[in-house]
Amino acid sequence: MRSVSIIGAGCTKFGERWDDSLRDLVVETGIMALEDANVSGDEIDGLYVGNMSGGRFVEQEHIGALISDCAGLSRLHVPSTRVEAACASGGIALRQSVLAVASGYSDVVIAAGVEKMTDVTGGVAADALAAAADREWECFFGATFPALYAMIARLHMHRYGTTREELAEVAVKNHHNGSMNPISQYQMEITVDKVLRSPLVADPLRVLDCSPITDGAAAVVLAPTDLAHKYSDAPINILAAAQASDTLALHDRRDITTLDATVSAARKAFGMARLEPEDIDLAEVHDAFTIGEIVAIEDLGFVEKGEGGRAAGEGITAIGGKIPINTSGGLKACGHPVGATGIKQAYEMVLQLRGEAGKRQVQGAEVGLAHNVGGCGGTALVHIMSR
Amino acid sequence: MSTVPRFWRHIPQRYNLVGTHCEKCDEYYYPPRTICPNCRRNAKMEDHKFDGEGTVVTFTTIYNATDDFKRQTPYNLAIIELLEGPRLTGQVICSPEVIEIGMRVKPVFRILWKEGERGIIYYGTKFVPTEGWV
Repeated sequence: MRSVSIIGAGCTKFGERWDDSLRDLVVETGIMALEDANVSGDEIDGLYVGNMSGGRFVEQEHIGALISDCAGLSRLHVPSTRVEAACASGGIALRQSVLAVASGYSDVVIAAGVEKMTDVTGGVAADALAAAADREWECFFGATFPALYAMIARLHMHRYGTTREELAEVAVKNHHNGSMNPISQYQMEITVDKVLRSPLVADPLRVLDCSPITDGAAAVVLAPTDLAHKYSDAPINILAAAQASDTLALHDRRDITTLDATVSAARKAFGMARLEPEDIDLAEVHDAFTIGEIVAIEDLGFVEKGEGGRAAGEGITAIGGKIPINTSGGLKACGHPVGATGIKQAYEMVLQLRGEAGKRQVQGAEVGLAHNVGGCGGTALVHIMSR
Repeated sequence: MSTVPRFWRHIPQRYNLVGTHCEKCDEYYYPPRTICPNCRRNAKMEDHKFDGEGTVVTFTTIYNATDDFKRQTPYNLAIIELLEGPRLTGQVICSPEVIEIGMRVKPVFRILWKEGERGIIYYGTKFVPTEGWV
């Protein structure tokens, strides 16, 4: 197996991009990533794209061929594959690209992610997202996606004493980080009080506990580490690319307040990288809801089980804290175009590890972790990267 | 809009809480499984009808639902642990102020939702608190 590096990265502005189609977003991010990597089209061996629900959001499937076509690669007949694992589609695209390069089957591979979510009304978008859960045995009885995370939150609060205010602190921190990120959907800071006064979605979760509906795309370019310096002065090395699965339905899990898929993927990733949680300088974790970040930092081993609630309020996860979490603003503030999120996390890691993250730069960042979840834990991915 | 068979094939499970039981490891499954995750190909699965009495493991009250469930908001959704052990997701009909973790519930036959003006009316199981909880 060959070592794999990221030689270029790009990401569109996240938000409600009413003037732009899925195709426009793909082209925008593709050009950014290829210019950053300094590769030409005929050097590209393959393309993987994470996209959760083109069929529901823009009534378009066959996204693999579409994006290769939009990227001007159709005449080169570059193999292009769409992968899907709900909100972890981007993370899967990244890992499949890593496998393609590591195996020696391909040299230069693009890992992309895209979701265009605002071409349908809110109700249709909510229903499309609910398809990440178990359609026959959760959604059929009225489950929504926020409702599943709300049930995780309720039990976490009951069992570990996590408070409503502690959930809000996650959103406050991530909006603060997002306010320093030019691509972030939300640029405004919020307060705990504002979170607690926002409308209830699924008790105890409120609107400002939830990641938004977002349009966006991201792409990174991978090459074997041996060839990386040919393209980039500052390649980022991928030390581990791990993936795990669990039951589709939340009710079937061993423990409702633990995402065992995260625990399993993290264990594999730390083993591959020969590192411990203490060795990680910063992480992007899957905060589709505020409780998601709390559970993630526990399951990744950054804090003890049950201690995650206190982390944001006590500054442990702030930039400058013990383990800065979601410097990009996370899914909460930066936005969550579901298929693009896993790649955006890698993009943020590239900026941080190169020292190009501006006002939100984590000083001396050398090793970073990206954690991407599909559904409420049916799929999890953990990537570890270093400069 | 879905065709009728999509619902039809689940009528025993949704109306009468028919799940499965693995004779080999004595574990019960609802929703039913064809393959026992403990025994896999060595499993011996049989149908099992659950009484449906159980306990609320965790819950939420939904204020913002998908279009099909909008008319029911706010409504309680819970993960319920049946007496035999398996857990399922279902609605609990009671005031949001009353529902709590550990509450004992029992099943009732109800309309779950309607698919628009002309679509299928879906029936199935919801839950209510047992006597003594309200």
